[in-house]
Amino acid sequence: MSEKIVIIGAGQAAIQAIMTLRAEGFTGPITLVGDEAYPPYQRPPLSKAYLLGSFARERLFLKADNYYPEAGCELLLNTTARAIHRDVRAVELTDGRRLPYDKLLLATGAQVRKLACDGADLPGVHYLKTIADVDGLQAVFQPGRKIAVVGGGYIGLEVAAVGAKRGLDVTVFEAMDRLMARAVSPLLSDFYAAEHEKAGVKLQLKTGVEAIGGDGKVEWVKAGGRTYPADIVLVGIGVIPRDELARAAGLAVTDGIVVDRNARTGDPHIWSAGDCTRHVGREGHEIRLECVQNAIDQAKHAALAMVGKPRTYAEVPWFWSDQYDLKLQIAGLARPTDTLVQRGDPASRKFSVFHLRDGKVAAVEAVNAAPDYLIGKKLIAEGKPVDAARLADTAIAIKTLA
Amino acid sequence: MAATYRASFVQPDGRTQTIAIAEGWSLMEGAVKNLVPGIDADCGGACSCATCQVHVAAPWGEKLPPKSDMEETMLDFAPDVRPESRLSCQLRMTAALDGIVLNVPKNQR
Repeated sequence: MSEKIVIIGAGQAAIQAIMTLRAEGFTGPITLVGDEAYPPYQRPPLSKAYLLGSFARERLFLKADNYYPEAGCELLLNTTARAIHRDVRAVELTDGRRLPYDKLLLATGAQVRKLACDGADLPGVHYLKTIADVDGLQAVFQPGRKIAVVGGGYIGLEVAAVGAKRGLDVTVFEAMDRLMARAVSPLLSDFYAAEHEKAGVKLQLKTGVEAIGGDGKVEWVKAGGRTYPADIVLVGIGVIPRDELARAAGLAVTDGIVVDRNARTGDPHIWSAGDCTRHVGREGHEIRLECVQNAIDQAKHAALAMVGKPRTYAEVPWFWSDQYDLKLQIAGLARPTDTLVQRGDPASRKFSVFHLRDGKVAAVEAVNAAPDYLIGKKLIAEGKPVDAARLADTAIAIKTLA
Repeated sequence: MAATYRASFVQPDGRTQTIAIAEGWSLMEGAVKNLVPGIDADCGGACSCATCQVHVAAPWGEKLPPKSDMEETMLDFAPDVRPESRLSCQLRMTAALDGIVLNVPKNQR
């Protein structure tokens, strides 16, 4: 009898696992449980082209609808798992049904961190994680509207850029003293702050939102002791891993489902991949990554392990963000103690920052500089010592440095 | 519903899939949705991963818009790159491309 695989969560990691399982010759039934109304789709365009309205919804889907029956994959949408019964190897759904499994993949992703201040539940307060979120936001995302963006990270700034383009009156509130503080170096924070201001976005740094108010809907935001009029609030203050099923099932959970380098949990029948996991990164530290790269690569490794072909997951993480006509591409994980090497002039809107650690490239941030990003990623993977002066010298072709 | 046009993806072993792609969609999107092997497109069309390369032979190559700087540089780092290499995420389907033939390279990464 062939083994049954159940996957909880219907995002990028889930579809990758299905593809790899099938590519590796797994022929048993696969059941995919997703709590949204849609089959697996790409989330990155949600805060970019999809919000702008230049990207039709059907283009978001990672596979055509007929893929699932053809791949022998049962798709249970609008369906939520309530519990994992490890003793009998079954997933219990909220409607009481039980799905037996031989192998289980938890690809539950992350959920948005909610704003906790007064008025945070007023109509007009939006989050951005799902198609439904963006559809709700789009209905009010009209020229002339005042939008208060809470959080100057990727999501907040991508929405700010789209808002500015669409003619909204945008103010970004960021509690830290610079934009994208968790993700990029200060040089990039300053560069992006200037770009947003040039586009008419107002930035309030070191300014946390204290309250939201209005008569039955959002009318104002109070931040840094001042009151700002607002029609819409968009909150982008990070995500938290959806690890509650795993925790309730007694699996190790520490701000994320703990997995080994084959994406396996402490239960030999259960794997986990994507935003919901905590794993040992290639540098030997426990990390949690929120990105497409991790969803894809970790899910591949989970699927390989599930079919008995485990390989150690140690890929270089990569990220990107589109704001205006600026493509930001990042590879590797920077640390505050890294030595920074700048290549190119921010004024040219094409430059990069290499992060060196022990004479080797540990991370690279590239703005409109794809070659620097690609070479940087290669240098990180190879771990070869580099010459900082040559990296900084734009007269030397970047290709010659790898 | 937008008009659709045909594109044929030829694998290294000669197997060919002819699929319909809606006007305005990228050739990569058509390939991924129709399960064309070898077009991985990890980044979903953001021109960030160079895993959707195709080789576009004459006479189709000259019907395509020129490469952007970004596409050019991404291709610099892809395996098996030839003069006729393109990233299929950067190519939009139009009436002029109806019937286009695309060769999938042996190794995408």
